[in-house]
Amino acid sequence: MKRFLLSCFLALLLMTSGRAQEGFVAALPGLGASFGETASAVEKLGASGDPRGLPILKALQDGTLLRAGDGRILLGQGNAAVDAATGAAAPADGAEPVRLNNRVRSALRSALGQLQLLSPDATERAAAADAVFRSASAENIRLIDTALARETVPAIKEKLRLALAAAQLAGTEAEAKRQAITTLGHAGSTEAREILLKAKAADASLAAPIDVALTEIDRSLAYRRAAETFVQGLSLGSVLLLAALGLAITFGVMGVINMAHGEFVMLGAYATFLVQEALRGTPFAPWALPLAIPAAFLITAAVGALLERGFIRHLYGRPLETLLMTFGVGMVLQQAIRLGFGAQNREVISPPWMQGTLLLPGGIAMTQNRLWIILFGILVFLLVVAAIRFTRLGLEMRAVVQNRRIAATMGIRTGRVDALTFAFGSGLAGLAGVALSQIDNVSPNLGTGYIIDSFMVVVFGGVGSLFGTLVGALTLGIINKVLEPYAGAVLAKVFVLVAIMLFIQRRPRGLFALKGRAAEA
Amino acid sequence: MTPAETPAPERGTARLALRLLLMAAILILAMLPVLNQLPVDSALHVSDFIVSIGGKWITYAVLALAIDLAWGYAGILSLGHGAFFALGGYAMGMHLMRLIGTRGVYGHPVLPDFMVFLGYKELPWYWLGFEYFPYAMLMAMVVPGLLALIIGFLAFRSRITGVYLSIITQAMTYALMLAFFRNDMGFGGNNGFTDFKELLGMPLQTANARAVLYYASLALLLVSLLLCWRIAASKLGRVLVAIRDAESRVRFLGYDVTQHKLFVFVLSAMIAGLAGALYVPQVGIINPGEFSPGNSIEAVIWVAVGGRGSLIGAILGAFSVNALKTWLTTVAPDLWLFALGGLFVAVTLFLPRGLIGLFSREKRA
Repeated sequence: MKRFLLSCFLALLLMTSGRAQEGFVAALPGLGASFGETASAVEKLGASGDPRGLPILKALQDGTLLRAGDGRILLGQGNAAVDAATGAAAPADGAEPVRLNNRVRSALRSALGQLQLLSPDATERAAAADAVFRSASAENIRLIDTALARETVPAIKEKLRLALAAAQLAGTEAEAKRQAITTLGHAGSTEAREILLKAKAADASLAAPIDVALTEIDRSLAYRRAAETFVQGLSLGSVLLLAALGLAITFGVMGVINMAHGEFVMLGAYATFLVQEALRGTPFAPWALPLAIPAAFLITAAVGALLERGFIRHLYGRPLETLLMTFGVGMVLQQAIRLGFGAQNREVISPPWMQGTLLLPGGIAMTQNRLWIILFGILVFLLVVAAIRFTRLGLEMRAVVQNRRIAATMGIRTGRVDALTFAFGSGLAGLAGVALSQIDNVSPNLGTGYIIDSFMVVVFGGVGSLFGTLVGALTLGIINKVLEPYAGAVLAKVFVLVAIMLFIQRRPRGLFALKGRAAEA
Repeated sequence: MTPAETPAPERGTARLALRLLLMAAILILAMLPVLNQLPVDSALHVSDFIVSIGGKWITYAVLALAIDLAWGYAGILSLGHGAFFALGGYAMGMHLMRLIGTRGVYGHPVLPDFMVFLGYKELPWYWLGFEYFPYAMLMAMVVPGLLALIIGFLAFRSRITGVYLSIITQAMTYALMLAFFRNDMGFGGNNGFTDFKELLGMPLQTANARAVLYYASLALLLVSLLLCWRIAASKLGRVLVAIRDAESRVRFLGYDVTQHKLFVFVLSAMIAGLAGALYVPQVGIINPGEFSPGNSIEAVIWVAVGGRGSLIGAILGAFSVNALKTWLTTVAPDLWLFALGGLFVAVTLFLPRGLIGLFSREKRA
């Protein structure tokens, strides 16, 4: 029995390889005869599953496949050319490259996909599986079966199963079709959806099961879209969080509205750019971004300290004047940068470990740098909370927020606390600039686009509450991104602004308002 | 929060000098279009440029006056007054667009060019009636007034004051700017309105039209100034100043703070709207850029430079800052933003009562 099975298997193997052999040899003369014949020859090569076809197709793609005057097909150029059928060296005198048109190109793509399914290289196989899946042609069933039996990588196996289902759906077996529909339904991708829709149009008897599968796909697509929106909202929220944290601190502690905050963010982004330029060509270049973090913090903190000691402290108790004054400072900073660096955008390069797209489970895609910004935002938030809770300066800051006079009587130098607080808040703006340099253009008016949103975060979250800032930033980020697909980015912003105005009707002091005496300060 | 800064009662010679200066200034302003009619080689000839820029500055001065009424007296620092100005401008712009008629590029009898371009079949409902000048002028007051009423009601009722209110109004003008940039709003999107032909039967590109618009602006300025003076001198004005300096105390004394603030805010918005309506035909264009928060804050700095809480100061500030701007942007364009930023800093730090404070001999309390 065993021997019988084995011999059957062997016979099958021989038969298939025999047929492949035949297909390969038969296909060759067609190449380069005419566009139509070239295309059908390419299709035959693909269907044969013969690995010898792969270099030929690749050569065709690269334009190095030649057809000699006597109809022989040659690979390579000049004296290095070899005969495609025999592999023997053959002079390429008078041979012309096989030309391509769109029809040949599309045949070439799917044929390459078919042959690469058996390639030893895993990434090539994965790409090929995707290509075969998209082509959804019944001719591929046998080929995919072969590939599936050989495949060892689970992810590629999964892709092949989908490809098989797509191929079966185009085939003739009713039972296989029904199973294929279920498999495709589980896949939950837009491609699977398209394939199913095509099949439904082609064969009305399958409408009922396909509809079931389509609902399943739609459900998982909606879920994935929601998750992606959520992640995008989180990342916008983290940017807002970074920009608003410093604002919340200076406003919360000192009652100072710093309209130049957006320009501090911009300074942070330019500091990042400068660090990158300084390290260009040195071995530290890939680490420019992490190194820019302390640099941006220190530079903006220093500018902030100067601003506070030089100007703002003369205006304490006059918040409206402070607002105007800092606006003027912001203008000067912006114009200074514009004159110094030019008005055009500067490019800050993402380090290699931040590039690319990450595929989260469930097929949710997000770019790496967005993920890093979320992590960075959370990290900075935690550090700020820790700094305020556990450091001496934090303690003094809290004391000054609660009661400036009594804090002063207790020996806290409130002026020094103010300066350091302002420097700290400005430094945080610099950190926001580092993050923004990764997702936005570094230009002199970088900050203006974020400043009003950051103010909204502070107003919404409640002044003087870091937790409120966190919740406010993330909420606004997510609401913005949720509204965007329905209303467009601009109207989403308008809606959010209107919503906040209505919201502060209910809670004029924000989500997490300070209560009691502190609220009146 | 703010230390008491009542408008110093100017007495004696300083007051007389100020009055005389004011009269002289009004006289000179009134003479400009007349001098423009003199032959070009006359020593007293005033160029077209001066007249058109003068008319523009007068509307700016009206805007500054409106801001001063709200900020200098009631302590409402609005960073969104540019929005009221722009809304008034858009109301006038809509009227001017309707008057173009078949002279547009597409020659459509009813629809303005941009609507034909965007495939509109008929006028949106909110464009109806704008072919009538009185209606358009009414809307130039009513729309800003209504917006101020809503925003002010929501804000003052929940006792949003000080910087909070400033930020809210800034967000308001920002939101409006974003909205007006959209094509589907029916206000010409990015490009706004331009290519106006005529107003009240006068072709706009003539000296005659320039002079009429100039005098209309000047009249608006004088009427608004007199109105604001009357308000400032009345009991209402006293209550407003009291609200500015100690809002809670005024409330406890039994005054309805919300209503007082709302009144002055809405009135101020309506004045700003009218100023915008006269501004647009003189510059020949209105686009969403007028809503940009920067414009509003620049207008606030005119008031700060001139000296707030004095009305005259606002007008003085509008003229002097804009004169500086016109001069600097031709001589050294790069320096203008430094100068403007520097003005913000210098005025708040060293001249809290503005230029007008220099006339008053009283020391700051």
